[in-house]
Amino acid sequence: MKFERKDILGIKDLSVDEINFILETAESFLEISTRTIKKVPTLRGKTVINLFYEASTRTRTSFEIAGKRLSADTINISSSTSSVVKGETLIDTARNLEAMNPDVIVIRHSAAGAPHLLASLVKQSIINAGDGAHEHPTQALLDMMTIKERKGSIDGLKVAIIGDIEHSRVARSNIYGLTKMGASVVVAGPATMLPRDIEKMGVQVHSRLEDAIAGADVIMMLRIQLERQKQNIFPSLREYAQHFCLNRHNVKLAKKDVIVMHPGPINRGVEISPDIADDPSCSVILDQVNKGVAVRMALLYLLTGGSE
Amino acid sequence: MKLLLTGARIIDPAQKIDSRLDVLLENGRIIKTGNNLARSTRSKDTEKITELIDLEGMILVPGLIDMHTHLREPGYEYKETIATGVTAAVTGGFTSIACMPNTNPINDNRATTEFIRRKAAEVALANVYPVGAISRNSEGSQLTEFWDLKEAGIVALSDDGKPVMNAGLMRRAMEYAHSLQLPIISHCEDIHLSANGVMNEGYYSTILGLNGIPAIAEEAMIARDILIAEFTKTAVHIAHVSTAGSVRLIRDAKARGLKVTAETAPHYFTLKDESLQSYDTNFKVNPPLRTERDVHAIKEGLADGTIDAIACDHAPHGRTDKEVEFEYAANGISGLETSLGLSLNLIHSKILTWPELIARMSLNPARILNLPKGTLVTGADADITVIDPLRPWTVDVQTFRSRGKNSPFNGRQMQGKVILTIVGGEIKYDGR
Repeated sequence: MKFERKDILGIKDLSVDEINFILETAESFLEISTRTIKKVPTLRGKTVINLFYEASTRTRTSFEIAGKRLSADTINISSSTSSVVKGETLIDTARNLEAMNPDVIVIRHSAAGAPHLLASLVKQSIINAGDGAHEHPTQALLDMMTIKERKGSIDGLKVAIIGDIEHSRVARSNIYGLTKMGASVVVAGPATMLPRDIEKMGVQVHSRLEDAIAGADVIMMLRIQLERQKQNIFPSLREYAQHFCLNRHNVKLAKKDVIVMHPGPINRGVEISPDIADDPSCSVILDQVNKGVAVRMALLYLLTGGSE
Repeated sequence: MKLLLTGARIIDPAQKIDSRLDVLLENGRIIKTGNNLARSTRSKDTEKITELIDLEGMILVPGLIDMHTHLREPGYEYKETIATGVTAAVTGGFTSIACMPNTNPINDNRATTEFIRRKAAEVALANVYPVGAISRNSEGSQLTEFWDLKEAGIVALSDDGKPVMNAGLMRRAMEYAHSLQLPIISHCEDIHLSANGVMNEGYYSTILGLNGIPAIAEEAMIARDILIAEFTKTAVHIAHVSTAGSVRLIRDAKARGLKVTAETAPHYFTLKDESLQSYDTNFKVNPPLRTERDVHAIKEGLADGTIDAIACDHAPHGRTDKEVEFEYAANGISGLETSLGLSLNLIHSKILTWPELIARMSLNPARILNLPKGTLVTGADADITVIDPLRPWTVDVQTFRSRGKNSPFNGRQMQGKVILTIVGGEIKYDGR
């Protein structure tokens, strides 16, 4: 298969074949990270810019490592403020970066659609590393890779996504990806965290954690953002944790061989209890991080013409 | 000097005229309409006819009136000036426009009103009727001097764009304005419900990850304003109606005999929220583009008269306001030059008849604003729009006379175009 895309903006745009192809490519890159000398010359002479308008440790580091292990020159630009505050528009920043001839621009931005704006302006490949509450395609790909490895196939699995669905780009990308790959997806959270018409995305909706995780093969817990409390999305962390924290007790409702995922960073004791997060028999949280590097290596490789 | 317009189909809803007639203009007024005026007039005073325009196949209507525009001057001249806005108006077929007070400074005082009127008089293209602010600086706490503003020349009051959240203040505004025969134009939006929303709340806001503005943000305020108008026995005009629920509330209020009028904009019967999937900021407008169901209801409301007027909410912006991330982009569409073209689609799709459309774009806005306009009756101001109903054209924002090139309709095919805009008997736009 030849990979024809210029950009990776969202899982919504990808076909099942493309997802499978990306995951297979990522699997072939897994091994590089286990070597004593973790570097191949594949992307030597290529330049990758990580343009992060939103704080990120995991994703930015993962992209940087992915680029470096493929011998690309990686440059990180971090701006804690939005382009509006910074005084230069995203469009101007994009044109300036374009003038320096990078090969791939990885962007994270708090505004949904920012990567799409960038992609429409510059000739370089754009990878969306998370845009607002819209999509986080590399996270969904690494999640699917993790599930596939543990369960053999995604088709037919029941996946429960729990938490603040409304504000979660991870949830949206995973809903697109997992339903395309044949999983049945259920979401749950307080009604204030469930966006309008979410069921039209092809998911089942529950308002209780227990109903959603019953019989699940995979449970994906989302991070609760503390600042949402001010918007009256939930009354208190205490109450949230009492009803939506995955713990030793309620996890028994899921299948025996359930795997528990979390995109990180985790709030221990809020959405996930420490003993679940640290339990190697069900928690695959660190495995997700590991797969993240491989998925990002695969995308950098494919977008720079690796499949040709 | 006389001007004789011959051969056009004349549509004047006020007189229930829809037939082929000639119209004779003199000294800025309509002095006669009738058959074969060329012959009868020539026999008496041929020499006085300095111009005769043959309008065979054209449609001649009372000058179009847009009761909801933003001219941006003073304060935001990079978006639009009174001169460019009014030029756009006559290019779009409008002989009169009302302009909203959200300039900088806000039009909440006599001096600003007089400034706008003076500038408009200097440009001398379309008639410009300023709308004054309801509250000082549109901050929603203290009433402006309605009486003084009226003497200065405002025709209505509105805190457009800054909804009056304080129901007590709105009540006082309606009472005080009513005693002065000034309509209140209400921008209905509960800002606690719309919060930080940037598009309609629904399936598309969910998949696009953008904050939603629920339909009830508009509907709750319309319900409130209808109740206030009913209780105080006054009137209210609802600006830019965008939802099915709003149409229902207004229809019910009218059925109960309340003095409630309403307008909608062409984009609310033309576009849906699904258009936002490209994150194109030209589709960002407030109230936001809604759903298929809402578009359908707006058309029904126009057809049954629930919605009295079409007003384009002309909101020109500079490139810097729109060429940014979607959530940071300004709301609004530069609409004066596409409003008629889009509204003619209502005729093409048999939702409105010609007389019905012209009533909504001329007579009804005149009545709501108490303007002596919107008709071709003998003695009326010679404000006339002539439309070639068959002429095809393509929207090209680069040809807009407005400074605002922000239109989601760029490239759209239209059928029917303004060919003459006559204001006070003088041709102000000639697109023949």
